[in-house]
Amino acid sequence: MQLHDDTSIREGVDRETVDAVRSVGERYKYGFSTSIDTEYAPQGLNEDIVRLISDKNGEPEWLTEWRLTAYRRWLQMEEPSWAMVHYPEIDFQTQYYYARPKSMTVKPKSLDEVDPELLATYEKLGIPLKEQMILAGVEGAGDTPVEGRKVAVDAVFDSVSVGTTFKAELAKAGVIFCSISEAVREHPELVKKYLGSVVPQSDNFYATLNSAVFSDGSFVYVPPGVRCPMELSTYFRINAENTGQFERTLIIADKGAYVSYLEGCTAPMRDTTQLHAAVVEIVALDDAEVKYSTVQNWYPGDENGKGGIYNFVTKRADCRGDRSKVSWTQVETGSAVTWKYPSCILRGDESQGEFYSIAIANNHQQADTGTKMVHLGRNTRSRIVSKGISAGVAQNTYRGLVSMHPKAKNSRNYTQCDSLLIGDKCGAHTVPYIECRNNSSRVEHEATTSKVDDEQLFYCRQRGMDEEEAVALVVNGFCREVLQALPMEFAMEAQKLVAISLEGSVG
Amino acid sequence: MAVPALKLDGAQTLLAAAPEPSGEASWARSVRQAAARRLAERGAPVRRDEYWRYTDPQSLTCQPPVAAAPFENDEAPLFGGADRLKLVFVDGVFSRELSDPVELEGIEIQPLSEALSTDIHWARELFGVLEARGQTPVDRPMAALNTARATEGFAIRVHGRPGKPVNFVYLHEDALSDAMVHNIVRVEAGADFTLLENGPAAARFNKVLEVDVADDGAFHHVRAQGRDHERRAVTGTFARLGARSTFKSFTLTVNGRLTRNECVVEFTGDDGIAHVAGACVGEGDFRHDDTVFVTHDAVNCESRQVFKKVLRSGAMGIFQGKILVKPDAQKTDGYQISQGLLLDDDSQFLAKPELEIYADDVACSHGSTCGAVDETLLFYLRSRGVSRGEAEELLVLAFLDEAIAEIEDPALADDIRARLAAWLARRRR
Repeated sequence: MQLHDDTSIREGVDRETVDAVRSVGERYKYGFSTSIDTEYAPQGLNEDIVRLISDKNGEPEWLTEWRLTAYRRWLQMEEPSWAMVHYPEIDFQTQYYYARPKSMTVKPKSLDEVDPELLATYEKLGIPLKEQMILAGVEGAGDTPVEGRKVAVDAVFDSVSVGTTFKAELAKAGVIFCSISEAVREHPELVKKYLGSVVPQSDNFYATLNSAVFSDGSFVYVPPGVRCPMELSTYFRINAENTGQFERTLIIADKGAYVSYLEGCTAPMRDTTQLHAAVVEIVALDDAEVKYSTVQNWYPGDENGKGGIYNFVTKRADCRGDRSKVSWTQVETGSAVTWKYPSCILRGDESQGEFYSIAIANNHQQADTGTKMVHLGRNTRSRIVSKGISAGVAQNTYRGLVSMHPKAKNSRNYTQCDSLLIGDKCGAHTVPYIECRNNSSRVEHEATTSKVDDEQLFYCRQRGMDEEEAVALVVNGFCREVLQALPMEFAMEAQKLVAISLEGSVG
Repeated sequence: MAVPALKLDGAQTLLAAAPEPSGEASWARSVRQAAARRLAERGAPVRRDEYWRYTDPQSLTCQPPVAAAPFENDEAPLFGGADRLKLVFVDGVFSRELSDPVELEGIEIQPLSEALSTDIHWARELFGVLEARGQTPVDRPMAALNTARATEGFAIRVHGRPGKPVNFVYLHEDALSDAMVHNIVRVEAGADFTLLENGPAAARFNKVLEVDVADDGAFHHVRAQGRDHERRAVTGTFARLGARSTFKSFTLTVNGRLTRNECVVEFTGDDGIAHVAGACVGEGDFRHDDTVFVTHDAVNCESRQVFKKVLRSGAMGIFQGKILVKPDAQKTDGYQISQGLLLDDDSQFLAKPELEIYADDVACSHGSTCGAVDETLLFYLRSRGVSRGEAEELLVLAFLDEAIAEIEDPALADDIRARLAAWLARRRR
């Protein structure tokens, strides 16, 4: 699609929107693959593979056993079928559960020793693994130093963490930010204490699978009273073929701590589907606050629904302490199939949970996503804002639970979930569960489903925009509430993604 | 996924507990057998089923039923003042002595057993047909059981505009009664019919109502499930709507150990209107479950679901509502509201309001809220000299009124309002 430069001059149309619309013409641009020597674990899954993964990570005996317990439990579990997603049966024995670039066999001591090919890959993704002032996710920012906040990055490539930036500076503040395998070696007491304490080994089918075979992921510990001096981020990249990524992230914010964590993900374009089953656990103690933002842009498959990532993710935060707060913000634009419900257990009194989500499904994508807010403590509050957009022949489902337990006196929930349909072949669904078990709490839920308003489109077109441009503007307006909740670095990227994902959905 | 043995065995137990009807026409026999097969294959309801997660069906399926002493009611019967054709069932068995003569101008009315023993009968197009359609995508095993076994009930065919409504009155006398009633109503093109139902019915009551409204027809349904503290009931209303037709159903439920009202509505003709509403007041060991499924399969139809529940002393209110808009059902206007008012801390309100939408030119919305009586409103009333009890009562009535307002006939609506006000006032004394 061609847009003229003078578009930006028009009144009421900001630069971002124009840029967003401009990139509509672009294809999935993270679809390249890196040819790199990769070492695989044998195909399939059995106890030996679990042991092998554990061994590769140099894990202590207790963790190997922990994995095996999960694996044995997993064998007895059935794949859930309640989500409104349909895909061919997954043969778990044809997957590879561990893939590591050969150059990572001996863990590099610093980023300077990392295979340049790997660094180049991240560079190409717009994530330079250099310790400089960068605005992550903004292209070109790496070349021209911009006045911006620092962002520490943990880069995960297939099954291993390639490197983590700003570690020394973070350590000065007392913040531990490293890959989970490193944390197991360096901080076993913390890992042992918190791993599986939010998402137990046998929580659900995919989480249990993850518990058995998880490879790398990030570990964050923010000590009491520390406000993490910079944003932390993890960038997940699947590169190897037929390989699943099973990362595990554990974030602990001790009393009075604050951390903002960003997560990004991409994968190459391939004809075969790939599995991604991650687990994220967050623990927030008294007065702690964690802000977790995701821009999920896994390869969604082509226009005919071929290939793409199956994204089965369990994310849960335990607001264990009084007055703790966890905020989930997600922009879900990628993946062929998404099955993801970031949740908050509001255990501490006066704790707060937030969930802001934009889920976009185009072509043959299917998304079943939402949240759970479980209110256990008194005076707890939660807020859910979910925007679902369906286009092409995609199916988009919001599924959420708000539960007020009898002891959660004076708690509040507000839920708003809106769906937007673009085209008459797609579907938008809402499946909320609302459970109120005491009368001093208030629960409010509202949901709407509509198509892009003809009047708004007409208004835009009347002012000279073409249809695709007009739709992008209306959609951006529809999502604004959630986009505003994202950290600045992500908001711009997300805004662009919103437009890209809807490519070709008009007309 | 294979049906668990527990469900399959449960289905066999249910089928074995009720005698197989005999002496019926061959078409009726095959409808019965198909229904029994549906139940046998899909199994009895269990707590693990998605649509039974909030209501334990055990007391609806157990054999024999749990005893429920009839409640001595000193109130004047509801709808007593209305000009109506009164047909009385005692513990689910039709009583000719207590009823008016079974005839009314403008309708054909016949006991179900008679219709089912006639070889050529219009009921063939309806009996068990809508119930069977209503079994997908969600199983309704208790309704299948009803089609397979129920012999009581009426077959009504409406041609014009009968001068008065038909009123089914269900009396409960036997503490161990386990009743099944199946009514079918066919509203012919352009006809208009009102059905009233009231009474506690039985210790355990399984009722199915199949309503087929032809083009331009209208069906009005006002139901009051009586004040009978220990009764249990599971009902299934299945409606199919033709073009420009109207279906309005309102249910008032007050007490009763367990009530599960399922309502399945399907639009098959364009420009139809369906309103399903319910007001419920529960206290103590009371569980009330409304499960509604509206399917839009035609253009420019309007559906409304309005459910209000006032709960206290451990009562539990459940709402599971769904609007399904099929791909060609453009211009759909779907609305759903479910609200719980909890008068104390022991009560619970559980809701699952669902939307499943495959058409783009639609406006569908739902809202669900739950909370206590608004203190600001209470304060306002009290500052004007209204006592706390009275103020709360006023607010409860106002809260329920949105559902009652769905009743089209103002006299019937006032009947319901007066009844509610009297109950609340009595409680205060």
